[in-house]
Amino acid sequence: MSEARQSARLQHSGQEFAPSPIELERRGYRRARKRQSILVSIASTLVFAAALVLVLVNSPGWDAVRETFFDPAIAIEAFPRVITGLWLNIQVLFVAAIGVAILGTLLAIARTLKGPVFTPLRLIAAGYTDLFRGIPVLLVLYLVGFGIPGLELTGRLPAQFWGTVALILCYSAYVSEVLRAGIDAVHPSQRLAARSLGLSHAKTLRLVVMPQAVRKVTPALMNDFVSMQKDVGLISVLGAVDAIRAAQIEVASSYNFTPYVLAGLLFVLLSLPFIRLTDWLTARAQRREQIGGVV
Amino acid sequence: MSAQDPGTRGVLDVQGVHKRFGDQHVLRGIDLTVQQHEAVVLIGASGSGKSTLLKTINLLEQVDDGRIMLAGDDITDPRMNVDAVRARIGVVFQHYNLFPHMTVLANVVLAMRKVFGTSRAEAERRGLELLARIGLGDKAGEYPDRLSGGQQQRVAIVRAIATNPELLLLDEITSALDPQLVGEVLDLVSELKTSGSTIVMATHEMSFARRVADRVVYLKDGVIIESGTPEQIFENPQRPETREFLARVGDPFSA
Repeated sequence: MSEARQSARLQHSGQEFAPSPIELERRGYRRARKRQSILVSIASTLVFAAALVLVLVNSPGWDAVRETFFDPAIAIEAFPRVITGLWLNIQVLFVAAIGVAILGTLLAIARTLKGPVFTPLRLIAAGYTDLFRGIPVLLVLYLVGFGIPGLELTGRLPAQFWGTVALILCYSAYVSEVLRAGIDAVHPSQRLAARSLGLSHAKTLRLVVMPQAVRKVTPALMNDFVSMQKDVGLISVLGAVDAIRAAQIEVASSYNFTPYVLAGLLFVLLSLPFIRLTDWLTARAQRREQIGGVV
Repeated sequence: MSAQDPGTRGVLDVQGVHKRFGDQHVLRGIDLTVQQHEAVVLIGASGSGKSTLLKTINLLEQVDDGRIMLAGDDITDPRMNVDAVRARIGVVFQHYNLFPHMTVLANVVLAMRKVFGTSRAEAERRGLELLARIGLGDKAGEYPDRLSGGQQQRVAIVRAIATNPELLLLDEITSALDPQLVGEVLDLVSELKTSGSTIVMATHEMSFARRVADRVVYLKDGVIIESGTPEQIFENPQRPETREFLARVGDPFSA
C-alpha cells in the first residue's frame, strides 16, 4: 500500500462520513427487507384474527354465549363492585409479595448453609419446601383459613389475613427454590474474591452473591410473582370479598357470567405492567453484562 | 476510495471498510488483501480496531461502509447467507469459547456433523486424527474444564480448522494464557501456516508476528498506518507512529 494513498485516507477520515453507493444500496435493500417482513407480519396477524372471529361469530351458540359472557350493560353495572374487590386483591398481593420475599430468602439461605451445625436448619428448610410445593394452594388456604382460627389462639381476624398467610407459606417455598438455584449459579470465584477482600460470610452473601443470584433468576421470580398475582383471587374461597367474590355475587344476582369475564380481564390488566417490567429489566441486564452477545 | 487493483484479489479482500460504534469511528477505511496460504498479522494497541476488523470479516459486526470479498464473493451483501459465509471461515477467540457441556471430541466434530452433515464415524475419525496430531488424542473424552488453558486453546484451534475453512481468523488467542502455555499454542499456529492455511491474526506477541507472518499490518485508530514484511516493519519502519509503537511494546525476544 503506497504512502500517498495512506495519507489521502487519513485526510478523508477527518472529513464528514459520506456513505458510498455500495453502502447506500445495502441500506436500501435492508430497509426494503424490513418493510416486507413488517407487512407480512401485519397481513398474517389480520388473517389469523379474521379467521378466529369468523369461527366464533358463525358458531351456532354464539348469540347465547355473547349474551351470558359478554354483556356490556352488566359489565358496567358490576364494575364498581369488582374493582373494589380488586383493590383488596392488590393489598393482599402487596403484603404477600413482601412476606414471600423475606421468607423465601431466609429459606434459600438456610438451604445453602454449609457446615454440620446448620444441619437441622437445612433439614427444616428442605422439609418445608418439599411440603409446601407439594400441597395444592387451595388446600393450604382451607387449612390455614379455617384450621388456625379454629384453634382460637387469636381474636377474630379477617379472612384476607389468613389468605395472605396461606399465600406466603406456599409461594415462599417456590421462590426459595428459585433463589437457591440462583445462589448456586453464582460462580465460586465470586465468593473467593469477596472473602479475599475481608468481607464476612454474611456480607459476602448480601453484597456479592445475592445481587448476582437475584439477577440471574429475575425472569423466574417475576414469573412466580405474576402467578401469585392471579392466585390472590383464591382468597375468595375463605369468604374475603375480593374481585372474584364480588363477581360471584354479581353473577348470582344477574344470572349472567359477564362479571367473571370482567374480573378476569382486570387480573390480566393488573399483570401486564409487571410482565413488561420484567422484559425490560431482563433486556437491560443483558445489555449491561453480556456486551457483544447478539449474533 | 476503494479503487482496487483488479488483479490482486486474494482469498480475502477488504475494501474501504468503515465501522462506527455510536460516535466512535473504529474502522476508518481499511483496505487489506490476503492471498492464499498467506499469514497476515495485525498489530496495534488495544482499541486500534484489530478485533473489530476480524469481527467484521466473520460478519459478527455489520460494516458501515466498504466491502469484504471472500474468494470473490461479496460477503457484506445483505443477500448473502450469513451462516454459509461463517461456515467457510474458522475463528479462534481469546477465551477459547469451548462448549463446557460437550466433550473435547464433541466440540471438535460439532460443525462437521451439524453444519456440513458429515457422518458420525467420518467426523469422529477426523476429529481424533486432528486431536492426535496436537498431542491431545487421549483427552478426546474429557470435558474442556479439565484441560489447561493452552490445551483448551489448541482444542479451539482444532475445532476451527476441522471443517477445512478457507480462512482462519485468530483473535489474540494467546492473551489469556500463561507465558509458558503460549509456546504450545503458537507452535500449532506455525504448523498450520506451514501446512498452507490462510491466516489473519491479531496479536500482541511481536516475536511470534516476526516468526510466522508473511506480512505485518500496523493499525492505529482504525487506520492501517503501515504494512509490509516482518523485516520491513520491525527492522526498518517507515512511519513515525510505527516506530513509536514498536519502541513502546518493546520486544523481549529480539536479539
